[in-house]
Amino acid sequence: MNFISLGYLDVALAAALLIVNAGLSIVFRLGLAKRLVIAAARMTVQLSLVGLVLKALFHASSPWLTVLAALVMVAFAGREAMARQERSFTGYWSYGIGTSAMCAAALSVTLFALTTQFETRPWYDARYALPLLGMILGNTMNGVSLALERLAAEAHGGQRAIEARLALGADSRQALNEVTRAAIRAGMIPSINSMSATGLVALPGMMTGQILAGVDPVEAVKYQLLVMFLIGGGTALGVFAAVMAGARRLTDSRHRLRLDRLTAKDRE
Amino acid sequence: MAELLNVENLSRPGLEATSFGVPAGVCAAVTGASGSGKSLLLRAIADLDENRGEVWLDGMARSAMPAPRWRQQVSYVPAESGWWRDRVGAHFAEPDAAVGLLHQLDMPPECMDWPVARLSTGERQRLALARSLVLSPRVLLLDEPTSGLDATTTIHVEAILHEKMASGVAILLVSHDDEQAARMAGPRYQMAAGRLHREDKA
Repeated sequence: MNFISLGYLDVALAAALLIVNAGLSIVFRLGLAKRLVIAAARMTVQLSLVGLVLKALFHASSPWLTVLAALVMVAFAGREAMARQERSFTGYWSYGIGTSAMCAAALSVTLFALTTQFETRPWYDARYALPLLGMILGNTMNGVSLALERLAAEAHGGQRAIEARLALGADSRQALNEVTRAAIRAGMIPSINSMSATGLVALPGMMTGQILAGVDPVEAVKYQLLVMFLIGGGTALGVFAAVMAGARRLTDSRHRLRLDRLTAKDRE
Repeated sequence: MAELLNVENLSRPGLEATSFGVPAGVCAAVTGASGSGKSLLLRAIADLDENRGEVWLDGMARSAMPAPRWRQQVSYVPAESGWWRDRVGAHFAEPDAAVGLLHQLDMPPECMDWPVARLSTGERQRLALARSLVLSPRVLLLDEPTSGLDATTTIHVEAILHEKMASGVAILLVSHDDEQAARMAGPRYQMAAGRLHREDKA
């Protein structure tokens, strides 16, 4: 592969573009200058660390370290997804439902890819496992978080309709039917949209990266297609699992709507 | 246990433990200030909120049957009805079975095709009652069933309720209207701060 290795000076030159942002912020008094600097600094530090960590993991090639890194990624994804919820489940459920759904979906799809399409030897080769997991997890996280947000909002707003159905003798699954459908749709639509826009509106970052690194575009496209399918599958599995678990938590064995198990977040 | 509906030590937050019965063909009326717990009582009997105690239907314990089956037979009609589809007819298990009932409620048969968003408060109230009645429940838990209706329609609704009572249905009626409670001619209860009192017994 022939790719142009970047010097640190090259990266620094690109970073200089942020001066434009800072200038805008100062001229229009957006008050963003400080946040901009912090965000840029965070990104630099985080990515540099990740680069070092990945390098160490690739070198170590230990199944335990790879699995540990994967679990840390899932835990962060779970936290990130829950932090965005307007209304969430009480107690550990808020973290538990989203994270376990994401964990099950992203890990199983990643394992599926590693054991069938890539057939890496060993299967836990971190060079494949972690980037794949990262891409699948990132998208599954978005889907799950949108779906759970929608589930809670629809159940809260639709209390009267749901309880009307329960009072007429519907079971909890029937009564929540419209709510769960809306939530699953909300979680899946972004990945469907991104599939149809890919290639026309945007060249996916991963494919662009491979092309810049000297890979034949046709090969890069194949990789991208594979990853998009994995993302689609992972999102669907994660969204479905999260919504089913959430709907279960919103009802009880006597088929009641349990809005007391939801809590609204106070926005500071 | 001669009563069709028997409530035994039923309680929940906002409602002190209460026991009473409603015989078949009788309408028991509950009056009381708003916020005193009248609706909580009906919701607790319908098992829509967590509650303690037991309720019996014709000798069958509520806890011994699945909640959906209980609610089909002990039908709760809230003061403000909920709708989940765009068209009225989609909310009826059997729209054709409701035609006669709709006529009695002064609603035209074509109202089944109307969008729910178009209904007035009074129309919603009557249609919500109708969709419960077509399921032939044995007990009706009615929360202010005529609050949005004019005098004539109120009388028509009461006539239907009397018909149901004649066929053996027991009714627990929450109403702020003393005259209505008197017209239904059953035992009277008063709810105050979550406590239910029998009114007409010395």
